Order: sequence, then C-alpha cells, then structure tokens
Amino acid sequence: MSTNQNNRHTITALVQDKPGVLNRLSSMFRRRGFNISSLAVGKSEDESLSRMTFVVDGNDKVVEQVTKHLNKLIDVIKVSDISQENIVSRELALIRVKTNSGNRSEVMQIASTFRTNIVDISLDSLIIEVSGNEEKINSLHEVLKGFGVVEIMRTGTIALNRGVQPNKPIVSHNTKYKHENWEEASSV
Amino acid sequence: MKLTGAQLVCESLIKEGVDTIFGLPGGAILPLYQTLPEYSELRHILVRHEQGAAHAADGYARVTGKAGVAWATSGPGATNLITGIATAQMDSVPMVVITGQVSRASIGSDAFQETDTTGISLPVTKHNYLVMDAADIPRIIKEAFHLATTGRPSPVLVDIPKDVFTEEVEYPDGFLYPESIDLPGYKPSLSGNTAQIKRAAKLINQSKKPVILAGHGIIFSGAYKELKGLAEKAQIPVITTLLGISSFPEDHVLSVGMPGMHGVAYASLAIEDADLLIALGMRFDDRITGKPSEFAKTSRKIHVDIDPSEIGKNVPVDVPVVGDVKNVLDKMIEYVESNTHVEWIQHIEKLKSDHPSLQIRDTDKLLPQYIIHELSEATKGKAIMVTGVGQHQMWAAQHYMYTEPRSWVTSGGSGAMGYEVPGAMGAQVGDPTRVVWSIAGDGGFQMTMSELATLVENNIPVKFAIINNNVLGMVRQWQEFFYNKSYVATTYTHNPDFVKLAEAFGMLGIRVTSKNQVKSSIEEAMAYDGPALIDFVVEEEENVYPMIPAGQTIENLIEEPANEEITT
Repeated sequence: MSTNQNNRHTITALVQDKPGVLNRLSSMFRRRGFNISSLAVGKSEDESLSRMTFVVDGNDKVVEQVTKHLNKLIDVIKVSDISQENIVSRELALIRVKTNSGNRSEVMQIASTFRTNIVDISLDSLIIEVSGNEEKINSLHEVLKGFGVVEIMRTGTIALNRGVQPNKPIVSHNTKYKHENWEEASSV
Repeated sequence: MKLTGAQLVCESLIKEGVDTIFGLPGGAILPLYQTLPEYSELRHILVRHEQGAAHAADGYARVTGKAGVAWATSGPGATNLITGIATAQMDSVPMVVITGQVSRASIGSDAFQETDTTGISLPVTKHNYLVMDAADIPRIIKEAFHLATTGRPSPVLVDIPKDVFTEEVEYPDGFLYPESIDLPGYKPSLSGNTAQIKRAAKLINQSKKPVILAGHGIIFSGAYKELKGLAEKAQIPVITTLLGISSFPEDHVLSVGMPGMHGVAYASLAIEDADLLIALGMRFDDRITGKPSEFAKTSRKIHVDIDPSEIGKNVPVDVPVVGDVKNVLDKMIEYVESNTHVEWIQHIEKLKSDHPSLQIRDTDKLLPQYIIHELSEATKGKAIMVTGVGQHQMWAAQHYMYTEPRSWVTSGGSGAMGYEVPGAMGAQVGDPTRVVWSIAGDGGFQMTMSELATLVENNIPVKFAIINNNVLGMVRQWQEFFYNKSYVATTYTHNPDFVKLAEAFGMLGIRVTSKNQVKSSIEEAMAYDGPALIDFVVEEEENVYPMIPAGQTIENLIEEPANEEITT
C-alpha cells in the first residue's frame, strides 16, 4: 500500500484559535511518537482560525497516521499534506555572525549574494535576516560557519499552494485527508 | 430568570437524558452538590473512591449504550478518575466526566487541591473543556455528549471552576438548551463510501475462505442483526475479539469464538488459514495480532471502522471502509451474494475437533474454568458478566456461553485491575432487570472493594465470584513461563477473609472450597435479595490455555499444559 521511503513532508492544518490548541497538537505528536522537524503557527485569513505548517520526517505510513491523528483532534478543521503539490515554502532566519573590521565586508558581500538584509551591525558581530526555502537557509548557514555563527533563530517552514497555472491541471488539494473524503483517498 | 452555573449543569444533564451520576463531593464541586436536591430526576450514587465513579460510569455505558456520567472534585478527586477515564478511552466507551476546579482567579497559583485536570486528562479523552464562563455551560455540555456518543465513542471531560458554578446567567425567557452544534472540525463519516462497500462485497464474493472479526464496534453501533445477516447470507464464520464478545451469539453454528493470546486455538488458526479477513469495528490489537508483521500474511483484508486513524495503523488493509459498522453492513449485505462455503466451514469444524481448546479437565479439584462453566449453566448465558483483569478474565471470556448482546463488560485495552467491583456496579445500575455477576480476581477485587459499601447502601444486587488463588495469577503465569518460575511479588501470603469481609459490608458471603458446593452456592447467591459474594478458593497453579506469548505467532502456540501439570 505505501512505500517505506523516508521523506520530508509538509503538512498544513487549519485549527481553531483557542487556548490550549497547540498543547493538544504537541501532546498528540508526543504520545504517538511522531517527530516534527519544524512547526510554525500564525493567524489565518479567518480571525477565529490559525494556520499551522508542520514539517514531518517519516515514511508514507507515518505521515498518513500523522494526518489522520491531526484530523481526529476536534479543534483541527482541515489537514493537508501538500508535499506532492505545487507549493511556495519559506522560512525566516536571523543569524548572528562574528565579524571584525577585517572580514565584515566579506560577510556583507556573502549576505548580499544571498539577497538577505543586514539588520544589525555591532563592533564584534552582525545579524543577517534571511528568508527562503529551507535549503537556501541551510547553505547560507554553512557558508557563515567559517566566520563563526554565534546564534541562529529560525521560524520553521511556512507553506501555501500556488494558484491556478496555465497549462496545468487544477490540483484538488486540501481535501485529501478530510474525514468525509478519506476513503477515496485511501483507495489502493 | 437567573440560573447559576451549577443549575445550568443539572438542567443540561437532564436535557441529555441523564438519569444517574456516580460521584463524590469535595470543595471545588460543592456548589454543584448543593444544587442537586433541586433536581430529583438526577440520581446520584455516592461512591467511596473516585476511581469507582469512573469505572461505574463506564460499566453503565457499556450496558446501556448511553454516555455514563461521573463527577468529582478538583485535585485528587480528578486524578482518581483518570484510571477510569483511560479505561473508557482505550475501549471506546462513551462517558462525560465533570470535575470541579479551583476558582478562576486561583488557577495557576498552586491553590489547595488544584491540579491541571485538562492537562492531565488530555491524552485520555476525545476532547476536554475548561469552562471559564457559566454562560458557556449548556453549549459545552451539549458538545461533550455529542462528542462522547457519536463517531468513535469516547470519554469527554468538562472542568468547571468553583466560581463558575456560582456565577449567575440571565435567561429572560427561561432556560434554553442549544438546539444545534457547531463543531466545524468534527464530522465523522458514518455512512461508508458506497464504492468502497462494493469493492469489499466483491472481495467477499470472490473469497473461498472468509472469516469475520467482530469487535466492540458491533456492540456500540448495535449492528447485531446486520452482523448475523452478513454471516448467514454468505455463511461466513464469525470470530469475536475480547471486546466483541456478545456481539454474536456463541451458540450459533457460525460462531468460532475469540482468537489471540488466550483465544481458542481454532480461531487463531482459522485467521491464518483464511483468504479474507473481514474486520468489523475492531482495531487489530496486539493481543490478537501477536507479531503484526507475521499476522495473517496470506489473506486479504477488509477493515470497517468509524475511526480513519485505526485503518492501516497496525495491519495493512486492502479495502478500508470508514463508517458506522451498522450502516456499512446494512449496505454491504445487498451486494454480498449468498454462499455456502461448505469446504471452508468443514475445515473450521475440523480445526475445532483437532484443537478442542476449552475442555475442562476431569478432576475433583475446584477449577476456575469449572466455576465459570457452572455460572454459564445456572444463568443460561443470559447474565451480564463483568470482570477484572487477569486469568479469571480470560477464563470468563472462554468458558461462559454468551448469547445476548451487552453481556460482557471488561477492561480490555487498558487492562485495569479493580474494574470488577465498580464496573459491575455501573452495569447493574444500567440494567436492573438482568443478573450481574462480577468475576473477580482476589488481587483486583482488593483494589476497589470499598465500593461494596456503595452496593449495600444502594441495594445494588451484584453477585461476586472471587476466583481466589491467593496470587496475582496472570503475572505468576508469566513468571512461570517466561521468568524461569521466579515468583517475585505475586503471592499474597495474607489475604483477608472475604466471607467475613462481605458480612462486614452487610452482604451475603459464602465460601466454596470444593467442586460439589459450586452449584448450590451459585443458587444461594442468586436467590439472595441483595449483593452477595462467593469466595471460590481455587488452585494457585492453574494456568490459562491456550497461550500465544506476547509478540509471537501461531507457531508458538502453547495449546495445553505440559504433561507433569495434568497429572492431577
């Protein structure tokens, strides 16, 4: 039924914006033994709802269980595994790099090549604000390690489906794991 | 008019058709108790320990199909409920639990008897609520009952701070209970997808060797008629899981019994030999699958369950159907062709005669299996059997002939010893018309025996059969089989005198030490007007057979005792 390859999955969930909702989700992940590599939460277009993006590592069976168990939570309205879909995914990071008068301009040049912003400069360090997909942030981080990365703060990935594109079939996203459609999706 | 939070709780419970509450008071829930005399419709049964309230509500729910209701105060009251809530959660039993909480302003201050009840109960409930505004009470109680009883039944907890109970809410036109529910994140699929049902029926029609695995879902959806209809139309043998017991009459020619760790060998073998498993409202528990990767490898599988997350969780499935098993079977029967499966049924009959798992040894000794058999005879298979957890539970599952739905009340998934006393109390309150026998272990019985006082106080006429071997028998059995007979901490060198104990509580107590006293003691207990207890003093060394050791396969089946054991 499912392949057993470990994959990185991007799952989004629309949830009620109520106290304790994050606890319900994280408690479920913990007790079922699911690992989340990142989680980002924020308000959605509807004031009473939040949208969450999870990045989960696991084989298809694990990810199927993650989405089903998310769906089981009463405060979760909709869950979508959008990994296979045409998505825009972004992460924001702030990176404090150790610098001195000797290498500051070199670091700034690298920062500029990566199309990032320098948001703070002090005598011994500077902070780079970078946004992009996970790989972009990882590679900037690698390059900066040579200078000394003092601190890094990452938001975790957020993701949305792209809109309708010419010459491409409309992907019926967002319904895959809703309870009422689940059986079709699970057909083997 | 103005109603307090406490009045709103009572009004809402009445609207939900609640007639009985099991509970114990304390500071934070006191305003609710003080309101109770205004509502004569609500019968409150005062328990001796909150665990008893939760298990009793669970037993009540298993027998009636309605949500059981238990309540307790904050802190220790709430934590004492947790074992009972977890038990209900594991076995999909509908329950609404209300707890008092410290006043809103004190929450988070480590106030007297404060516990984070919603935090603690989160993993063992379907959903829970902390009520911060009395005006929300009717909506929340309505949602709680809706969630507890629809979809996959489960416990739901509502935590109410003390000052919310006393807060007044204005109802200018009298009390209004909400008519509709707005839970956008909760839409269980009930009907079952027709295309999937047709695919399942096609597999059934193609199958030469099908078996049905019937679980607790059959009982909670009330699908007895549908199960029987499917089994009879296509002549499919029916295996029942531990919690599926009493979903299919065991005197039916197609009944095969319970498989798995302590199931009958022929049921486990039938699963291995089948070419199609039709799993109905069950969840492929490890006590059935043993080693999931080796379980029923050659058969195709249809899995009907109301909870999508159960499908593919333990065992890969060929045709999943998400829905209420009653609705699904009702539709499925139309597409299933009549069949006879003569050869297959003959094969199963041969398995039964080659592996007669439930023969009781011919001996003068007082055997637990014999006691259960005699209870089955005396009650004609029509009693409600409630058990604790361990050897006596397995013997009660094996040796009683269950013929009526909702006759079997046991803590399956959670395996909570001590269930036998309050669970039986709840079952008897739920159905006063039937005889309730509690099959108790001497270990589990002592965990919750304080509820005997509640039984006597309320004249709840449960009959107890203590299978007293002065040992934690199932643990001892594991020590014998898997720990080189190293019996650590399993023997009770001093058990109380259970007969005197019964008398101290105000019950009838009878001691039975020999086989020829069994029949007459059962008759005496049943004839007695009120709760009664029989202390059956049995062999310490008796083991439960057959046994497939945990995590293993049918290859490792231990069918009967080794020779030196049968010499008695």
